[in-house]
Amino acid sequence: MITLRDVNKTYYTEATSLHVLKGIDLHIEQGDYVSIMGASGSGKSTLLNILGILDNYDTGDYYLNNKLIKDLSETQAAAYRNEMIGFVFQSFNLINFKNAMENVALPLYYKNISRKKRNAIALEYLDRMGLKDWAYHLPNEMSGGQKQRVAIARAIISQPKILLADEPTGALDSQTTEEVMQLLGELNQTGITTIIVTHEKAVADETRKVIHIKDGLIQNIQHN
Amino acid sequence: MLTGLSVSWGIFILIVLLGAGNGLSNGVRSNFNSRATNSVQLWSGRSSMPYHGLMANRTLDFSDRQVKDIDEQLREPEKKSGIIDKQSTVTYGTEYGNYSLRGVDPTYKDIFNLKFDPDGGRFINKNDLKDHSKVVVIDKKIKEVLFKKEPALGKYVKIGSVMFRIIGINSKKEQYGNPTCYIPFTTAQLIYNPNQKFGSIAMTVNGLDSKAENDSFNKKLIGVMSRSLYFDPKDEQAIYIRNAQRDYLQTMKIFRGITLFVFIIGIFTLIAGIVGVSNIMLVSVKERTREIGIRKAIGAPPGSILRSIIIESILITGIFGYLGMVLGIGLTELVNYIMVQTAAHSTSENDMTIFMNPTVSLTYVFISTFILIISGIIAGYMPARRAVRIKPIEAMREE
Ligand SMILES: Nc1ncnc2c1ncn2[C@@H]1O[C@H](COP(=O)(O)OP(=O)(O)OP(=O)(O)O)[C@@H](O)[C@H]1O
Ligand SMILES: [Mg+2]
Repeated sequence: MITLRDVNKTYYTEATSLHVLKGIDLHIEQGDYVSIMGASGSGKSTLLNILGILDNYDTGDYYLNNKLIKDLSETQAAAYRNEMIGFVFQSFNLINFKNAMENVALPLYYKNISRKKRNAIALEYLDRMGLKDWAYHLPNEMSGGQKQRVAIARAIISQPKILLADEPTGALDSQTTEEVMQLLGELNQTGITTIIVTHEKAVADETRKVIHIKDGLIQNIQHN
Repeated sequence: MLTGLSVSWGIFILIVLLGAGNGLSNGVRSNFNSRATNSVQLWSGRSSMPYHGLMANRTLDFSDRQVKDIDEQLREPEKKSGIIDKQSTVTYGTEYGNYSLRGVDPTYKDIFNLKFDPDGGRFINKNDLKDHSKVVVIDKKIKEVLFKKEPALGKYVKIGSVMFRIIGINSKKEQYGNPTCYIPFTTAQLIYNPNQKFGSIAMTVNGLDSKAENDSFNKKLIGVMSRSLYFDPKDEQAIYIRNAQRDYLQTMKIFRGITLFVFIIGIFTLIAGIVGVSNIMLVSVKERTREIGIRKAIGAPPGSILRSIIIESILITGIFGYLGMVLGIGLTELVNYIMVQTAAHSTSENDMTIFMNPTVSLTYVFISTFILIISGIIAGYMPARRAVRIKPIEAMREE
């Protein structure tokens, strides 16, 4: 599903450059349930963003579903993101002037699905998240856990192959964290490859593999 | 939002100035109506150069021969009329006045755009000409002086010492010159012109659309006349030509210049407006950076981002533009309305019209709409490019 070979990434700022990923080799099978751990600034988010085609890498190769992801045009990258990848962020990233249903339906808008149809599908997904009654609420009327579940519904509505989550529970209390992790676990059971960046051992323990990153290199991969 | 008003202002100025330009142009055009715009009139003068053994300083006069030569040697002239010009006392009862008297052909009416009200009778016709009838068409002004409120049609007036029956009243007001009585050309030749000579020929010409064509026609006309009357074609005193079409074309050229100037002013105001809208859009894109980033992360293609910003820009430009257009058209129509009202109450007959119907046509509305859409696209393009360049990870980091 995912293969990285000697992937390097350097950030350049005015004065300095920062070599963040120093040759990442990684293979993740379809349906895998993986977490990435490491110190702050070790390059976890950078790696996840490269996997999600939100950022590009300098050298090496990245194959997603046997396709080389390199030098894509903006339009191609957008199409891959829309079809193959679902994203969940620590800060939810919902559009605050759209209600839950409209937020969830948004990826389908870019698939040219009619408003009526995509809203119906969005309601279905919200129902699966147990948020049917919140469909017409704006994000700022919802709790953190509810917002994250809306974000998850939005991430999976276009039935992506992989779900990438960057500290999805970072802003949640332990109770809600448990609920969200249960949801992600169930989703992984349906066959969706799931990769979670986290600081919490409890979260990492729920996944099947834990990738430990240190100083831009994979230190070891722990199997639970 | 205030910056958007400069788009309104630009379109407003464009419409109002175009309206004013049209008004000026319509006004001047209406002055040309004193004759058909394709009319040519020539007057005979006095030779100032010797020619083929003939002495200078001969008085030149037209006769039927010159009308015939024009007929036979030139294609362009259509309606022609010799003009015999006299002055005469015209008397009705105890009222009298000294007026200009013209012997003319029936075609004169069309060459000089004479107008007859429904109850104004008719102009001289072919039978009048053939019968040397003693009939007369008088200018409305003469009718008002001699007859006051009394009906004049069918009445007899004394011109010099001969009685003429009034068959028509010309209601077109002349902008200058003495009011005129028109009698059949043949009658005038018989009664007032024993030597059969006359001083002027007027005609309409066809197919002369440019100044160059008119100039070359004038030259040909001089050539024909020089052979017919024996004078040097370079002799500027021999005959004098007034080509209304040539003057008309030249005036229209000036007006095209004015219109262009007006357009340029409007366009520059509009450009200021475009910059304003562009700034609005830039602010909007900046405010929506995070939203745009989220959309991109979800898979929005760059084209859809570009499109949505440009459509928004067109909408803003369009709304402000139409505001300006409505106000501009409102103003021109209001001015037109006031002018029509005052014209209806005007008693003065001799006023020159330099301003008339200062409105803009529907074409300008379509053109403005087109300009607005283009302006919207231009105004939105830069902000849209910026939106497309937004990097999702950076956009979403912002709080
Ligand atoms: N756009 C950028 N420009 C310059 N430096 C960056 C950029 N993004 C990240 N970095 C730097 O690269 C390093 C790795 O960042 P990254 O976000 O991948 O770390 P992380 O492992 O996710 O950390 P955290 O646990 O705090 O989220 C950090 O030192 C960060 O400051
Ligand atoms: Mg991070």
